[in-house]
Amino acid sequence: MAMHSIRVSVNGTPYEKPVESRLLLVHFLRDDLRLTGTHIGCDTTHCGACTVIVDGEPVKSCTVLAVQADGSEVRTVEGLEQGGTLHPIQEGFWQEHGLQCGYCTPGMMMTGVALLGRNTNPSEPEIRHAISGNLCRCTGYVNIVKSIQYAAARLR
Amino acid sequence: MIPAPFDYHRPATLPEAIALLQQHGDQAKVLSGGQSLLPLLKLRLGGAGHLVDIGRIPGLEYITEEGGFLKIGGRTRESELERSEIIKSKYPILYDTALVIADPLVRNRATVGGNLAHADPANDHPATMLALGAEVTATGSKGARTIPIDRFFTSFFTTALTPDEILTEIRVPVPPARSGGAYVKLERKVGDFATAAAAVQVTLAADGRIERVGIGLTAAGPMPIRATAAENSLLNKKPDPASIADAARLAAAATEPAADRRGTVEYKREMARVLTARALNKAIERAGGH
Repeated sequence: MAMHSIRVSVNGTPYEKPVESRLLLVHFLRDDLRLTGTHIGCDTTHCGACTVIVDGEPVKSCTVLAVQADGSEVRTVEGLEQGGTLHPIQEGFWQEHGLQCGYCTPGMMMTGVALLGRNTNPSEPEIRHAISGNLCRCTGYVNIVKSIQYAAARLR
Repeated sequence: MIPAPFDYHRPATLPEAIALLQQHGDQAKVLSGGQSLLPLLKLRLGGAGHLVDIGRIPGLEYITEEGGFLKIGGRTRESELERSEIIKSKYPILYDTALVIADPLVRNRATVGGNLAHADPANDHPATMLALGAEVTATGSKGARTIPIDRFFTSFFTTALTPDEILTEIRVPVPPARSGGAYVKLERKVGDFATAAAAVQVTLAADGRIERVGIGLTAAGPMPIRATAAENSLLNKKPDPASIADAARLAAAATEPAADRRGTVEYKREMARVLTARALNKAIERAGGH
């Protein structure tokens, strides 16, 4: 079994762990670090439930090897809330009813956070374009867009 | 889903990467963005004993115009194409393409070189690069060589790259004045492979006749297709509805699509005709011709 030692910062905490070559980033986060806020949905790069931010870019963590993230900074949904205060995107999803079942929500929020990191005043088409790789099967996208707009207004 | 075991290598330089490919031969696969390779390994549709990750090798990500060519580094992310001012202003065919490859999250990792080297006939860049008359640089143990895109795809999921070669650069001739291009894709939803898609790059002469035209088709057969009969039918003609309709029919006749959940053979062939006509019209309009 091919093992590698990786160093990854996750939500600001540095980790150094041995991983198997074939270990996926999403499994590293969920099983090795017990950060189960990142969900596994389709497991085939379609749904975006597993979206995390790696070095500033939102990516599907079911399609990245843990060893590829060696030396990277990873942000997951667990890193949004700070000292008991919700991140504006979390507040937005709460205030605007941006979730029902919540399965897609961690991925949606990470994509939203990455978008707002580049642009705090995105238009509705820009928001819809940004989240086009994240599937929601129950809430519908109207409230999700409103939730991101809410967060954008808070961040401006 | 978990891939079968493999060993992972992360060379720091191109020569190191090539040495690893030489050492492991057909047991090795190049890992670029991994957005095609990792799903393949997870679904166990393919296997590899060794992955050679070129992700940290410096100097493989760039978009620049130089010496009459647009040069794209092999590991350039699709999202960089989408954000590039050169691409947006001068290469609308590539901008169109960048917007419809998979989805924005996948494009943050997927690479232009990977999209070509994977040689999936349903990938989008093969058709656009065929239309543009691009060439690629393959770098291996014997040095670097140029492969015209027409000779790059050799059969189903197979390219002219030897096992120790890496696709390091894509070069597109800078289009002359009165040029335009377009990529038109029919997909069931964002992120899906094309049901059918057409890429067109056209250059008009001063009198409005078609001086050069390239037409590439996606998901139209076991390999990316260049619709040469359709191209030839348009040369030296003034683009009008009749000549465009003829060319679109010739393009559709060149397709050999496979029936699947996205449609029947007849439907896909018809869509190839419709999309070729739309791409031609859009490209000609962008070239200033309509």
